[in-house]
Amino acid sequence: MKKMESRQEGAVTQDSTETQVVVFRLGKEEYAMDILHVQEIIRLLNITRIPRVEKYIEGVINLRGNIVPLLNLHTKFSLQTSGSEEERRIIVCQFDEVKAGIIVDEVLEVIRLNSRDIETVDNVYTSVNAEQIRGVAKVSGRLLILPDMKKILVGETSEQGE
Amino acid sequence: MSQYMDIFLDESKEHLTILNENLLELEKNSGNTSSLNEIFRAAHTLKGMASTMGFEDVADLTHHMENVLSALKEGILDVDSQVVDVLFQCFDRMQCMIDKLESMGNSNLDNTDLINMLEDIQSGNYHRQSTDYGAAVEDKYEQVEEKQLMGFDFNSFDVAVIKEAISAGNNIYYARISVDQDCMMKAVRAFMVFKNIEEDGEIIKSNPHVQDLDEGKFDSEFELLFISNLAFDEIDKRINNISEITVSMTKFDESMLNLPEQDNKSKKIEKNPEVNAEAEADIRQTPKGRKTVRVDIDRLDMLMNLVGELVMHKGCLEQIGATNKIPQLNETIEQMDRISADLQSVVMIVRMVPIEQVFNRFPRMVRDLAKELNKEIDFIMEGKETELDRTVIDEIGDPLVHLLRNALDHGIELPEERIAAGKPGQGTLILSAKHEGNNVYIDVQDDGQGIDSDLVLAKAIEKGIVSQSEAQQLTDSEIHRFIFTPGFSTSQQVTDISGRGVGLDVVKTKIESINGEISIETKPGQGTKFRIKLPLTLAIIQALMVSVKDEIYAIPLSSVNETSLINQSDIKVIQNQEVIILRGDVLPLFRLKDILSVPGEDIPGSQLYVVVVRKGEHQIGLVVDTLIGQQEIVIKSLGRTLSNIPGIAGAIVAGDGNVRLIIDIATLF
Repeated sequence: MKKMESRQEGAVTQDSTETQVVVFRLGKEEYAMDILHVQEIIRLLNITRIPRVEKYIEGVINLRGNIVPLLNLHTKFSLQTSGSEEERRIIVCQFDEVKAGIIVDEVLEVIRLNSRDIETVDNVYTSVNAEQIRGVAKVSGRLLILPDMKKILVGETSEQGE
Repeated sequence: MSQYMDIFLDESKEHLTILNENLLELEKNSGNTSSLNEIFRAAHTLKGMASTMGFEDVADLTHHMENVLSALKEGILDVDSQVVDVLFQCFDRMQCMIDKLESMGNSNLDNTDLINMLEDIQSGNYHRQSTDYGAAVEDKYEQVEEKQLMGFDFNSFDVAVIKEAISAGNNIYYARISVDQDCMMKAVRAFMVFKNIEEDGEIIKSNPHVQDLDEGKFDSEFELLFISNLAFDEIDKRINNISEITVSMTKFDESMLNLPEQDNKSKKIEKNPEVNAEAEADIRQTPKGRKTVRVDIDRLDMLMNLVGELVMHKGCLEQIGATNKIPQLNETIEQMDRISADLQSVVMIVRMVPIEQVFNRFPRMVRDLAKELNKEIDFIMEGKETELDRTVIDEIGDPLVHLLRNALDHGIELPEERIAAGKPGQGTLILSAKHEGNNVYIDVQDDGQGIDSDLVLAKAIEKGIVSQSEAQQLTDSEIHRFIFTPGFSTSQQVTDISGRGVGLDVVKTKIESINGEISIETKPGQGTKFRIKLPLTLAIIQALMVSVKDEIYAIPLSSVNETSLINQSDIKVIQNQEVIILRGDVLPLFRLKDILSVPGEDIPGSQLYVVVVRKGEHQIGLVVDTLIGQQEIVIKSLGRTLSNIPGIAGAIVAGDGNVRLIIDIATLF
């Protein structure tokens, strides 16, 4: 049990624990997300637009009878979509009670990340989106951005209310 | 323990409702023995349950109440307003204790005040009961026994058996056996008692019935009447040898058999066919009660969701069937359609609860209020059995309380005023519910002074709601609607009950939030009627599907007045606002594609579809591209992330698997 917990937190703790992450591509950048929060990866479905909400909310999809909101991280992080339509996927993730999907240009692989390889965001750069990023991982010459999915997903409620 | 706690709380609340209801009945008609019996039964059960659960204070108070009740039952005391008041106080205290138990798990209230009052009543000190004074202060123990004896219903067969036994020189004993509270297997103890007695005798009667005793369906006590050829001491000793029980026994003779027939009012039941029918109805109800199951509301919601999903997927299948044109598939789909429709209606019915649940607390409230206001009220409730979806039931209680209080405080006048106005001194307040089509109508009607249009209008002008010149063109019904404006009160003085002006607008908002409507009919001097129209359920609604460019939306049919096809040239502009004239009415016109900023190309055409929707009192024209049709939809929430989007009430999953949004007219503009 204890091991599981530390795994979930793995990416941020200083222990040299390993985390499994799903690596995906947004535009030309590579991102990674803790696999424990990924419920499933699906092909694009019909998306229903929701009026009167923030731009980065792409709409909602029907996931086997459940209505799941869909976020567009491209809009959120000001990135261009790239690659073929065929490769695009929806990653459905869940934090606590909140379930949401994100559109990615391509899902690349599942790898193990060692927490030693993760640099916190302060050491890397400070940008507008810094608070949405947990850190950056260096894996054999590649840089993987670790978005703070919890903040992006759950934090929205407060943003939207304004 | 905790699972018993829930049951205990649920059931004791039910019993309290029964107590309150029947005491009200008894107050109206003091000779009503069936109400008294009902009260007695409920109090007794409550006592049993409370002591089983170890809530001694509840049990103790109930015990003292029982003593008074039994005195009432035996006719030693009369039912008068003082006794009724004290009993009501006791019920309130019990409610309070049960509430405390629910919230804190214990109820340490000091009930000595009430207990003293009860004891005073019982001993006749409280209000002097000169006759039969001595009889009332008989030994308490004996009284309990006697009351219990009357619990036996002797039929002619029993009487014959008893008489025969006595004449044959056998002994008949009456035994009251209470099983220890911590006894785990009550049924076994009861069985042992039976076995011991039956070795040398025969049991004539038992209360509760033998079957119930076998199944352990009794409180801590039961009573037996049996014939035995053993001497009193011997049988007493034998029964007392059984562990975990206490026995009190008396010898039974014929005089005790006759006594109830003469004195006990319950015996009159047999002679009075009407009351008898009522008693029979009671009996018929009891077995019905055993067939019900208590189900957690969450499970019902879950079931409803699943059925909703099934209905949706059935929609998918229908579309596949329509495109592929396979006859066998279509036949099967038709079958499925029927079954799913049945299933849906069954689930709906399961979720329906009689409005009685809400109504039940009103008689008591009205009575107390009327007393407080010194008004005489005849409160009539009709259509208690009308059923509504649970979700609606939960919401409707508060608005009704408001309306009833309003009617009592503002509507019905004081007796003197009423008589001066040539009306009977007693005001009539009618609360009725009835079912019509897909709606339930609840009326709150009083025969009071009605709403004074001039007064309301004057107030409206004073508050700046309308201008003097506008005011002259208003019809009476338009004026009456002002009372739903926030902060509006015409009451001369603020009372505890109403007049703070926070009433009717809250009522209106609440009712509209559950897709209901409220209207008033009033005649000065003759009374007021508030009518609430409610949908049967909130989970599945009828909607009009419309399309705007490439998007499809659902508009709840409850807010649609009509649809109309207009020409582009019919549109006029008043101060930059597009309007149309529909049968003489000027309606503002809004284009849904602009309101929801729908992307994409405009669909050209010289004709426009207009959906005329209702927003409160106003009609608004909503321009859409096409009308797709009417459809039954299962409402789904958009989830926490997307809650509270103005103009969007939720979503549905359409037959083709796409998500469609439901438009909320109230917040759209």
